[in-house]
Amino acid sequence: MTAPGVDDAVREKKPVTERRLHPVTPLRRAWAPVAVLIGWAVHDPDQAQRQLMRLTTTTLLIALAVLVPAAALYGFLTWWFTHFAVTDAELRIRTGLLFRRTAHIRLERIQAVDVTQPLLARVAGVAKLKLDVIGTDKKDELAFLGEREARELRAELLARAAGFAPETAHEVGEAPVRELLRTPPLDLAISVVLTGATWGSLAAALVVPPLLWLATHSVWTVLATGVPLLGAAGASSVGRFVGEYDWKVGESPDGLRIDHGLLDRTHETVPPGRVQTVRIVEPLLWRRRGWVRVELDVAGSSNSVLVPVAPRAVAEAVIARVLPGVTVPPAAALSRPPRRAGRCVPVWWRGYGLTVTDTVFAARHGLLRRSLALVPHAKVQSVRLAQGPWERLWRVADVHVDTGANKTVTARLRGAQEAAELLRGQAERSRTGRRDARPDRWMAP
Amino acid sequence: METGSPQNTGTTGDGSAEPVWIGLPSGLLRMRRLLLVVWLGLLALGLGLLLWLLAGPVWAAFALLPLALAAWGWVLLGRNWRSWRYAERADDLLISRGVLWREETVVPYGRMQLVEVTSGPVERHFGLASVQLHTAAAATDATIPGLDPAEAERLRDRLTELGEARSAGL
Repeated sequence: MTAPGVDDAVREKKPVTERRLHPVTPLRRAWAPVAVLIGWAVHDPDQAQRQLMRLTTTTLLIALAVLVPAAALYGFLTWWFTHFAVTDAELRIRTGLLFRRTAHIRLERIQAVDVTQPLLARVAGVAKLKLDVIGTDKKDELAFLGEREARELRAELLARAAGFAPETAHEVGEAPVRELLRTPPLDLAISVVLTGATWGSLAAALVVPPLLWLATHSVWTVLATGVPLLGAAGASSVGRFVGEYDWKVGESPDGLRIDHGLLDRTHETVPPGRVQTVRIVEPLLWRRRGWVRVELDVAGSSNSVLVPVAPRAVAEAVIARVLPGVTVPPAAALSRPPRRAGRCVPVWWRGYGLTVTDTVFAARHGLLRRSLALVPHAKVQSVRLAQGPWERLWRVADVHVDTGANKTVTARLRGAQEAAELLRGQAERSRTGRRDARPDRWMAP
Repeated sequence: METGSPQNTGTTGDGSAEPVWIGLPSGLLRMRRLLLVVWLGLLALGLGLLLWLLAGPVWAAFALLPLALAAWGWVLLGRNWRSWRYAERADDLLISRGVLWREETVVPYGRMQLVEVTSGPVERHFGLASVQLHTAAAATDATIPGLDPAEAERLRDRLTELGEARSAGL
């Protein structure tokens, strides 16, 4: 850390071995021309039929003879021109046929590493490696790599990111995993059935198309609305079950491991100290069973579920592992806003709650579907106090806490005096809380 | 205060060390009022002429409406300008603004990713510049408009310096 510039310059001298992706990669874009044709046919069925009638076998064959090699050539060239290399401090990706793009991803800035395997990729024995880095979009993924290669690369990236010596980084291998939680399929199925959104979308899919039929008597209108509605209903019930099937949360020195999926398998790794916010969501119908869902926010990551369904005690134990030193405050510890807050938000004001422990800022909202958000003090980016005219009349104010995952946690309708103290106090706490936060390279001496 | 001595690490930091608030220079208010008067004055003139020619002199009285709006805006701009203030504390920057919708932001120096000084053509003509702070959270809306360019640059340099000294990862 004394002279990083010199250090890097010396390391740069070493030859960097560049690698290519798995040879099946060109096939991943093979469906694109087919999709275009289908899209055109659906968009304009009459003309598509007429054009098809005009086509003779010869023209069809000629078109195929031109299209297939062109697509194959394009796929091959994009594969040929995509390289990646792992250096001591960076992952470098070089890609692009006409427009060259070179991405250098600093390893200590990695927020999470995912290895995903869509169904077809599982058949072919390949996997996709995705890196979550702040401020980049989905482009920075390595698709596809051999299954074993992806696993080794993930281990190597994490070892280097953790700060292991560069010479040994690729020999460290997979860190051992200790399983924290595994969701039984039955619990998952029941939890999906007990979710209001499932029934809502199903009811909409069953009620809206017949009503439209009565109103318009047009098959196309009914299809145009019914198919997306059915799709949404399927995604929120079957889709959720399939996606969250066999959910495993494990703990390893590399960080948190999340594995899930029935058809598409996903293995995520979140290094230690990357979790910005944890939310405990408790839908109304789950309350009798004492189940909760735990969501988490990691900067630059798209996935937000930590535990799809688990008994509260188990979920709290997992949270204690994810955020070391944090205990989830019990419901009794949360203080409600003052009574006069009811003038601003009738009835629902009772759902708001807030408590500040020495490690987290915890704010709850929602009356039927309760959601408790926990932000470690060290993760607070800025604190804001906001007060509208009506809130001023009733001497209440909102306190917003912004985190690095671009999410804001709000403690609504606190007394004005309390809110002002909270603002100052939270700034102070997040400053002192940061001092003993772990470094980016979590294994470095 | 300026050196960032750890004088208030033990206490909660409020009350005992009341921040030194700095208001905005009057140049911003002058610019905003001038723009308001110019635009609404032109609108009133155009409306008045049009109504006079098309509907008669009595209807031209409606042109007084934008003028009333300008008078109202004059007062509002003044109140809004007075409400803006900022304070540099030992470890964080405070920005307070708004009359009806009040908002107060605290940004710890160690959380700053980038400090920007921007100045549009109109602002430049009036000798003004704004300082904008970015943290890793996009919701952090910490902008100080209408500063003196020299003050804006001093603030930027100081914030960058303090940010480096207290820098922390995500």
